[in-house]
Parts: sequence; C-alpha cells; structure tokens
Amino acid sequence: MNSEKATRDGFGDGLVELGASNERVMGFCGDLTKSTRMHLFAKKYPDRFFNVGIQEQNMVAMASGLAMTGWIPFIATYGVFFGRAWDQIRVSVCMQNQNVKMVATHAGITIGEDGMTAQAFEDIAMMRALPNITIIQPADYWEAKHAVEVVAQIRGPVYLRLERGTSPIVTSPHASFIADRAEILRDGNDCVVFACGSMVAHAIRAREMLEKEHISVMVVNVHTIKPIDERTIVACAKKCGRVVVAEAHQVVGGLGGAIAEVLSRELPTKMGFVGMKNVFGESGKPDELEKKYELNDLGICKKVREMMGKRK
Amino acid sequence: MEISNDQLAYHANEIRTHIIRMISHAHSGHPAGALGMADVFTSLYFSIAHVDPEHPWKDDRDRILVSNGHIAPVWYATLAERGYFLKDELLSLRALGSRLQGHPVFRGLPGVENSSGSLGQGIGQAVGVALGLRMKKKANHVFCVVGDGEQQEGSVWEAYWFASTRTLSNLTIIVDRNYIQSEDSTEHVLPLDPFIEKLTAFGLHVISCDGHDFSAIQSAFETARAFHKGPTAIVFRTIPGKGVSFMENTAKWHAEPPTDEQAALALKELESHE
Repeated sequence: MNSEKATRDGFGDGLVELGASNERVMGFCGDLTKSTRMHLFAKKYPDRFFNVGIQEQNMVAMASGLAMTGWIPFIATYGVFFGRAWDQIRVSVCMQNQNVKMVATHAGITIGEDGMTAQAFEDIAMMRALPNITIIQPADYWEAKHAVEVVAQIRGPVYLRLERGTSPIVTSPHASFIADRAEILRDGNDCVVFACGSMVAHAIRAREMLEKEHISVMVVNVHTIKPIDERTIVACAKKCGRVVVAEAHQVVGGLGGAIAEVLSRELPTKMGFVGMKNVFGESGKPDELEKKYELNDLGICKKVREMMGKRK
Repeated sequence: MEISNDQLAYHANEIRTHIIRMISHAHSGHPAGALGMADVFTSLYFSIAHVDPEHPWKDDRDRILVSNGHIAPVWYATLAERGYFLKDELLSLRALGSRLQGHPVFRGLPGVENSSGSLGQGIGQAVGVALGLRMKKKANHVFCVVGDGEQQEGSVWEAYWFASTRTLSNLTIIVDRNYIQSEDSTEHVLPLDPFIEKLTAFGLHVISCDGHDFSAIQSAFETARAFHKGPTAIVFRTIPGKGVSFMENTAKWHAEPPTDEQAALALKELESHE
C-alpha cells in the first residue's frame, strides 16, 4: 500500500490496451474526456471516439443504438451526470439489454472541492434497482485496469464506478479480475468489513489499527456490487458474526443495502454502516471531507468498535 | 417494391381496420396517432424501406425504429399486414404473455427494432444506429418515427443536434405532425410552430409533406434518401384518427379505446372505403 493512483487512471490505461485488441470497442464522452481519462483512447483511436457534447441523455440512448449495430460503446461522464440519464439507462440500455458500458468517474467523496452537486453518493442505489445491469467498483488502479477487459467481455450493460482521487494499491499488477467474486484480502475473526472502491484501503488500515486493540478484522473487497457474491458474503459473516460495510455512498441502497438484503435472508446478522448518513456532501479537501463524514479508516474503526460492543 | 397507390390505399385501410379491432379488443391503447400514421407506415414498409419479412433481422436491412411507442398498434398492424407474422396474433395486443406488448419491446416481435414508450429516446437510439452503420461503412438506411408532442422532450433536440453535426445522411426522421398530444393540442400545451424553422436551425434538411398522399409520401422519402449532406426530417402533416370520422382531429382519442358500438361504427366506415 505504498504507492497511490486513481481508479480512473486504471480505466484510461486499460481502455487504450483494449482498443488495440478489440476493434468493436468505441468511446463516447460528455465533454469530460480528460477528466474521465478517456483522452488516451481518443488520441489513439480518433475514428472510434466522439465527444458528444454535454448531453448525457442522448449519449446513453445513442450508445444503445451503437450496441444494436455490434459496437461495444464505453461511455463516460461523472457519476452524478449518469443520474440525469437514468430513464435512458432503464429503457434504452437495461430493458433492451444492450451491450453498453457506462463509465462513471468522480463517484464518492474524493472529488472534494467541487462540492455536493458533483459528488455521486446515490448512484449505486439508482443503478442497483435495474434488471440486467452489472455494477463494478474497483478498489485500486490495477483492479480498474484489469476490470476494463472483463467489462467488455460481459454481455450486457455495465456500470463501472470510478473515483477521481488517488488511493493506495491494495491488489497486484498480476492479479486477474474475476467479476461476481468478492475477495477476502485479509483474514480475521471478530468482525468482517465489506468495502468497495477506495474504502478497501481504508478498511485495511483500520484493520492494522484495530489489531493493536486485539480486535481481529477480516477485510473483503466487494468490487462487484451487482450481481453480488452471496456465498462469500454469507461465509464471512458466519465466521465473524459481526458485519461492517464501508462505501463512499449513501448508507441507503448501496453496497450496505445489497449485503443487508443477502444477510437478512440467509443469515440475519447485526450490521454497521459506514457511508453518507442521509446527507449531501460539501466542498473541502478530500481528506478533510473523509474525516468530517467518517468515510475513512478512523470511521471504520469507530464502527467496528461499536459492533464489538454488541453481542454476536 | 413496386406497388400502386391503390394497393397502398388498400393495405392502409386494412391496417386501420386491424388497429380498431386490436384496441377495441384490448379495451385500451392509443387509436388516434396509430390511425393517423397508417398511410406513412404503409408506404414505408410496402414501398420505401429495404426490408424482408421472411428474414426480419438480416444484416443488410434498413432499420425502422419508433420513438413514440404508444402508436405501437400501427407498427404491429403494418408488420402483420406486410407478412412478418400472422394477423391472427394481432388481437393479443396488451394481453398477458403476448408478444404485442402495450409499448414496443426490442426484438419482442419480428421487425420491432427498439423499445420505446418513454418519449424522447427512440430518436437517440436511431442516431446511434445510423452512426454505428456508417462507422461500419454499411449502406443501410435508418428511419425513425417521432411524434410532434414528443418534440417537447429536450433529448429529441440533443439527438437532432448530434445527427446534423455528424452529417448522418443515412438517417431519415419521420415526424408525425398531427397537432395533438395526450391532453390537448400541441399548440395549446407548448407551441411547436414555427416547427420547420426550428428543425432547420438545428441543421436538419426538412421536407414538409401531406401524410395521406401516397405520391407525395413516396416522393418525400426518395428526396430524403438522395440527400447526402446530412439527416433529413420529413414532417408529415397527418390527421389524428384518420379514416374514422368521429375520431379525427381531436385529442380525445389519443389514448381512448372505442366502445364495442363505436368500434362497430368505425369498422363499418372503414369497410365503406374498400
């Protein structure tokens, strides 16, 4: 965990490589080409890239049309702006089960200074209700880079949730990315922390802090939020008996909600939720915001300690 | 396909008859727009577009998409009349388990190229199809039917803007200018005129046409296909409810099914046209 890179950079590098091996891959961007890191693909494959302008609704509808003709469109904008195209995502993409790859960057808290309108904390909830969609949020640069090729191989809509800020590397440059599978990164006995995105690194740091208090924490990277790996989630919850979910998203409807749906059915377990607590964000440096809204290692430690006070 | 105006008129009347029977049987649906577009749909499927009912998905077909999905009955009736599937199936419209869903479903029925029903999306899909075909250097043409009330959706204009900027001359936009929408006249709700000027300002090549004159319809489509500088929008002036006198020119019949008595009257009137 000594070097830091952003998941959006992993996507940008991964898409350039994919462009060489798969000629059906093309790119659309809503006038945020550099911010979404699609500029690398745009430069190398100008015939397969369009800056469509600031028109997210039409970008999504057009992408479904491109998919009808055999293309694999990767379409990029900020997570918040996919929200305004939700009905197009529902009807044109998911209902028609089109092979459209939505790349949602700047999700979560690390967009920082731009403030609440730019901070996507509701997008997992909005997308998760849609049939046919796959939702992936990589934990670090390498996982994002590896995920790009897998995303192209999935037949159907994918929502790839990425972050602006850098985060520590928690996976390996050589690890293969397998969608649908939650990965146990650190073993433990007392409490399991399920996390996605940059919260995975926070969870690993929280584990190290809690070790000194003789609390043994398991850390699981749930990079695929839908369809969710029920078997691993139930097994980890069973082993630890206490569950905390950490995500840079509202505590309503996100990864925490998805895991609660599984456990309430298969293994009712008390859960703690680290996320935005039914409030919008604000401007500030990412680390200041993480601290204020407890979306960091300290926030996870606090929640785990709280759960330790509860009986299994 | 070589076909006379008399033959086109015959098929259009048959299609109108199917529409009345379907909506009456289902006790729900949108008759006005469907009846109004019967002549344009007939021309498109029987004369203009390169399609093959025997091989509905063959690669070199022209693509026909519908953005204003509530006029599904005219699409289904035309497809059945053209031979994509048996006419017997038409009466299953809107029934549980039917392939004839209340609004069109992508490939749910031979010839149905897209899902629509939430307005303002089919046109964007069609622009994507046109772009995708052009990037593959395919010569197939793309047609997309859009309603005039639907023009109130901003995404329609996003699609026009992109299509003209990228000079998608393989795209013909078919606008049903019938001056009604769900609750009232389009000009009372949000005035669309001067519509032609608006379309022109968005970079489209615009043709105005009587949507019930088969020679004019034919000529408009031919002009659109021959235009190579960008996309064409043909604004078809149509009469909502056309062919059934008591349904014509009123928003009342936008989404109102006829009673059994009204359906009988309508069918009698249509029979008299044969």
